[in-house]
Amino acid sequence: MICEGYVMPSTLAEALALLASKRGDARVVGGGSDLVIQLQRRERSGTLWLVDITRIPGLDRVRIEDSHVIVGATTTFAQLDSSTLIRERASVLAEAAAWVGSPQIRNVGTLAGNVVNAQPAADGAIALAALDAQVEITRASGSHWVPLASLYAGPGMSTVDPTAEIVTAFRFQAQGPHDGSAFERLARRRALALPLINVGACVQLDAEGAVFLSVRIAVGPVAPMPFRAARAEAVLKHRLVSQEAIDDAANMAAAECKPRSSLLRAGKEYRQELVRVLTRRALTRASDRARGH
Amino acid sequence: MTNTYTLHMNLNGADVHVNIYASATLAAVIRDQLGLTGTKIGCEEGECGACTVLVDDMPVDSCIYPALKADGRCVLTIEGLSQDRTLHPVQDAFIAQGAVQCGYCTPGLILSAVALLKHNPHPTEGEIRRAISGNLCRCTGYLSVIRAIQAASTPD
Repeated sequence: MICEGYVMPSTLAEALALLASKRGDARVVGGGSDLVIQLQRRERSGTLWLVDITRIPGLDRVRIEDSHVIVGATTTFAQLDSSTLIRERASVLAEAAAWVGSPQIRNVGTLAGNVVNAQPAADGAIALAALDAQVEITRASGSHWVPLASLYAGPGMSTVDPTAEIVTAFRFQAQGPHDGSAFERLARRRALALPLINVGACVQLDAEGAVFLSVRIAVGPVAPMPFRAARAEAVLKHRLVSQEAIDDAANMAAAECKPRSSLLRAGKEYRQELVRVLTRRALTRASDRARGH
Repeated sequence: MTNTYTLHMNLNGADVHVNIYASATLAAVIRDQLGLTGTKIGCEEGECGACTVLVDDMPVDSCIYPALKADGRCVLTIEGLSQDRTLHPVQDAFIAQGAVQCGYCTPGLILSAVALLKHNPHPTEGEIRRAISGNLCRCTGYLSVIRAIQAASTPD
């Protein structure tokens, strides 16, 4: 890894002061499971100092506040995978976390790192997109919440400036008794493999479990950033819950997603069919959960 | 100009103070500065798990783990498993089941297994497979590895 200095501040204020004092020559690091490799390969240059935020107390907490789930930035995938709160109130995120990398990677990789690394197929980011999450950005001047989608400038390019800003938390609506969510993914192996396609789905049904009130579907990697299949979502809104309705939405998702042929993943025709199949599976499981099954 | 720091950690039960560069990975410190070469370097990108060590009982890929992250932590490498020349039960089981071929992945596999059994003394086969999913064996010896972990998890 290439760096000149490595510091582990114990407060957020100290971290921000360190970034400010280095005037662009320091950047934030979480688990480092992406950044260290990029620095070793010299894919990211200009970073001289690393400010490790994983020793800041409380930044890895998961909690519920009013009706929102709040996930601290440095929460690891292992923590998300084993959190009862996340499993019960945001199953799509728990299932996505369980797919990331390997046990070794899940023990260090953080949710904020997954988002700031800005890969359109990042499992954690696909789940957050399905949850319609907001992100808390903290600067020297204060904190504010922004929509997840606003953080993406392109594949691997985040609008977060890691030399001056820190992603400090994520928040989204906690799932209630008539909500359900699920995550689906196909890769060549069950560990350490890029997804050919991954899909996160969240549904909200009426109290009888008969009608879709709202649906969110996120798909990756089919666009430069986590992609919301808005037309497929619209197909289901106010429709009666049925296999036919879910099939219609899955077909629409396949039609509106434009995966590319990739030597690393698969051909576009196959991947488009995967969008259909995985969207159907995710919607089916999310709907079953929303009906208490 | 790279800054140097003093890393304090508990390594295999002993307190260690070592001067390191800011840019050092834990694998480099363990192997090159402390001379413990049981931790192997394979892919150097967190894919193969040959460099697996335990930090506070959690497996991590030490080749992409900044060494300073281990400051104040307990680190266990393959050299720290045996006690007074007596092998750890997982090591014995690997030998008994013939779970070692070339041996390069073995230290990492054993440490992943030790971490699993510490948290989950009686894992299912599925849990064992998931626990070692970050450790690649290119001699294709996974079945004997799974049998060894099952044997080590079941008291005689």
